Amino acid sequence: MNLEIIGISVLWTFLFGYIMIGSIDFGASFFNAYSLIVEKQHILTNIIQRYLSPVWEVTNVFLVFFFVGIIGFFPKTAFYYGTTLLVPISIGVILLAVRGSYYAFETYGARGHKGYALLYGLSGLLLPASLSIVLTISEGGFITMENGTPVLNYWTLFTEPLTWAVVLLSVTAVLYISATFLTWYANQAGDTEATRLMRKYALLWAFPLIFTAAGIIVELRGHNPDHYEKLMSLWWMFALSFILFLLTVWFLWKKRNYGSAFILLVIQFALAFFGYGISHYPYLLYPHLTLYDSFTNHAMAISLIVAFILGFCLLVPSLYLLLKLFLFNKQYVSGK
Amino acid sequence: MINEESVFYSRVLTETTLTFHIIYATLGVGVPLMIMIAQWVGIKKNDEHYILLARRWTRGFVITVAVGVVTGTAIGLQLSLLWPNFMELAGHIIALPLFMETFAFFFEAIFLGIYLYTWDRFENQKKHLLLLVPVAIGGSFSAVFITIVNSFMNSPQGFDLVDGKLTNVNPLLAMFNPAMPTKVTHVVVTAYMTAAFVLASIAAFRMLTSSKHVYHKKALFFTMKLGLIFSIATAVIGDFSGKFLAEYQPEKLAAAEWHFETHGEAPLIMWGMLDENNDIKYAIQIPFALSILAHWLPGAVVTGLDQFPEDEIPPLYIHYLFDTMVTIGMGLVVLSLIYWIGVKRGWAFIHSKLFLGLSVLSGPLSMLAIEAGWWLAEVGRQPWILRGIMRTSEAATTNNQVDLMLMLFCGLYIILGIGTIVVMSRMFKRNPVEQELKDREMEKGGVQK
Ligand code: HDD
Ligand code: HEM
Ligand code: HEM
Repeated sequence: MNLEIIGISVLWTFLFGYIMIGSIDFGASFFNAYSLIVEKQHILTNIIQRYLSPVWEVTNVFLVFFFVGIIGFFPKTAFYYGTTLLVPISIGVILLAVRGSYYAFETYGARGHKGYALLYGLSGLLLPASLSIVLTISEGGFITMENGTPVLNYWTLFTEPLTWAVVLLSVTAVLYISATFLTWYANQAGDTEATRLMRKYALLWAFPLIFTAAGIIVELRGHNPDHYEKLMSLWWMFALSFILFLLTVWFLWKKRNYGSAFILLVIQFALAFFGYGISHYPYLLYPHLTLYDSFTNHAMAISLIVAFILGFCLLVPSLYLLLKLFLFNKQYVSGK
Repeated sequence: MINEESVFYSRVLTETTLTFHIIYATLGVGVPLMIMIAQWVGIKKNDEHYILLARRWTRGFVITVAVGVVTGTAIGLQLSLLWPNFMELAGHIIALPLFMETFAFFFEAIFLGIYLYTWDRFENQKKHLLLLVPVAIGGSFSAVFITIVNSFMNSPQGFDLVDGKLTNVNPLLAMFNPAMPTKVTHVVVTAYMTAAFVLASIAAFRMLTSSKHVYHKKALFFTMKLGLIFSIATAVIGDFSGKFLAEYQPEKLAAAEWHFETHGEAPLIMWGMLDENNDIKYAIQIPFALSILAHWLPGAVVTGLDQFPEDEIPPLYIHYLFDTMVTIGMGLVVLSLIYWIGVKRGWAFIHSKLFLGLSVLSGPLSMLAIEAGWWLAEVGRQPWILRGIMRTSEAATTNNQVDLMLMLFCGLYIILGIGTIVVMSRMFKRNPVEQELKDREMEKGGVQK
């Protein structure tokens, strides 16, 4: 294995971490807002307080880790993505600010503003949509070089069906992941009403998810045949992912093993996410940038990897402690 | 290809974001240490007041941290969005401390989450206090790492540029550059100092306006004492920073001191004005002081601006930034020293309205000194983004939409700033100290003093 692969694997793994725990957070805020509108607010607010408030900062650090790490390992990405993504990422930052300030001002401070909760819920859908655009752009065809600097073409981006397919997928995935997790969490807490509601949402969003995921594969075939070919050569990963998906839904349907259902879901997404990532190889941005021509120098690569290993040794026990206290502690979960 | 407009707006946006972030970042570094010391004193003396102090500070701290995380994420992304050429180069050489900083964030965020939600879950208070140690360490280390990046920008080393190509990159050498020791220590110590005085301001404000409770007296004495220690350390390390500049960035020191010609026995110029011939008027001149600040000796020669090409001289207004910082630093040493001696000797003067009023000002003034110091350091580096290697104008994005983003972010910071103030004041008004003390004593069965 060469250093480039090690670097991107670390980053991709952390991005996956962000997508999973971020989705729980984003989806929960949306369900919370939705329940406010249909006057069922008390069901979810409690869970957001108990689980999300202690961990949202950690969630955010996963994202920071990814974007700091990618500049470290692949400095040239700063030039291509940094120059072109000014507007989409800035909008993402504003949405992140809405979420962060909700925790700061509403759950920690004096609370109770309905409009804020709605805004917070809305940001839970808009944020994955705006961040997922980056993945679409990486497929190529939207960035052109003018006078030696990259320029993003918004018109082609927003008229391309692939863009909207990815946006839809990100939103359905967020809702599905979040609902499945919260079903389990509410069940742990012995909150039957919340469990019932979240299970309903999980089942509701399961099939839209699979439809949009299939839709992307179709769209990709037209947009980037090269990538499509590589994706197809990894068909077994996606097939396995699909089987796990069916199992999760089956557990949810049968109202049992919510914990295993969620673990299967994580593996399902991991397979699909890494399958997608591997088929993207070696491009970071079709067709301008590959892992190899954007990679940092050898000395920096080695020192980043050493720093990563040391940091990781510090991180794992701390994360374990956090999860043990807030996720697996029955007393805390059920609010005692 | 340089796009003048993008350069201009990128600079304004960077300045705005950093100026805003630094307020929260400074508190994020300093306040956990204050909480830790207060809780420790509380446990040791078995004094419920200090524990409550720690508790109430923590509540406010959570809010500042959350806004710090939001603005920090913004600046982290903006560095790549606004300065892509710089980040591409910097990524090759100085990415290591930036990367390590994310681990410091992780560490801090994890333990802060645990600390906050476990106030009454431990029988043994000391165990709970232990959870705060990683928070304080994480906060201080994020400052250390980010400041290492910044010191690299001021005195880059650890690589060779051959025909525009990077070779011989040594990330550790880049981290341990000449600016690093003074810069890191000055930044960390000033953060502690600022946190102490900001908390002192709050205590003084309560004593001035409403409450005469002994709780506030203890709080003021406690924070002023810490403020005294850290402000003395600040001045000492500030002096070393001056010596660093004289050796490695003489143009910054010369511009800050309006030192136009290279000569010995140089006086330190405080305040004053420049006329059209660059003659200095109305200034206070302290003989030999600049030579001492730069090289320890009253006779030492200090490099002047005459040694530098016209287009490499930083803006001369940084003189006022330097003076603001130093005046505030010296003033606060004196203020906290008077208070400390006053308490020991029982002077009535320190309980007067005038003195309390001055103490209320100490927090905002230290924050102003932080801002002035950063502006001095960053503007004093201009026109370079990486001193001697890359100019700021070459580093900026070519994207045309920076002006729009500037307006967007200004709106965001205004909302966040107002939100912080409103939420904090509401939180503490609803929850007065006297009430909380009563509640806690009832809870504990009144055994505590
Ligand atoms: C509470 C805030 C505060 C106070 C009271 C002082 N400083 Fe300071 N100073 C800072 C906060 C600060 C800072 C914000 O931390 C800076 C900005 C960048 C840096 O490295 O530290 C800084 C920079 C800075 C620099 C520029 C370093 C560089 O660019 O490399 C010098 C020469 C000094 N300081 C010197 C002093 C002296 C002689 C002081 C006398 C009391 C003093 N400072 C008080
Ligand atoms: C650590 C706290 C820092 C603060 C408070 C700070 C503050 C500032 C300020 C006030 C300016 C404006 C200077 C001017 O008017 O020209 C500036 C410039 C700049 N800083 Fe820093 N800085 C910090 C550290 C850093 C770091 C670590 C980086 C990069 C990794 C950085 C990147 C820049 C850039 C790119 C500019 C150019 C913009 C300009 O020249 O206007 N800064 N900074
Ligand atoms: C002396 C200057 C600075 C200090 C002391 C400082 C310190 C801090 C602190 C204490 C936090 C909160 C971290 C947490 O609780 O998770 C924070 C957030 C952050 N800062 Fe700054 N910072 C400084 C300047 C900068 C600069 C110049 C950058 C840009 C490279 C930056 C990037 C960030 C980022 C990305 C975050 C968010 C981290 C998270 O999500 O937890 N900081 N900073």
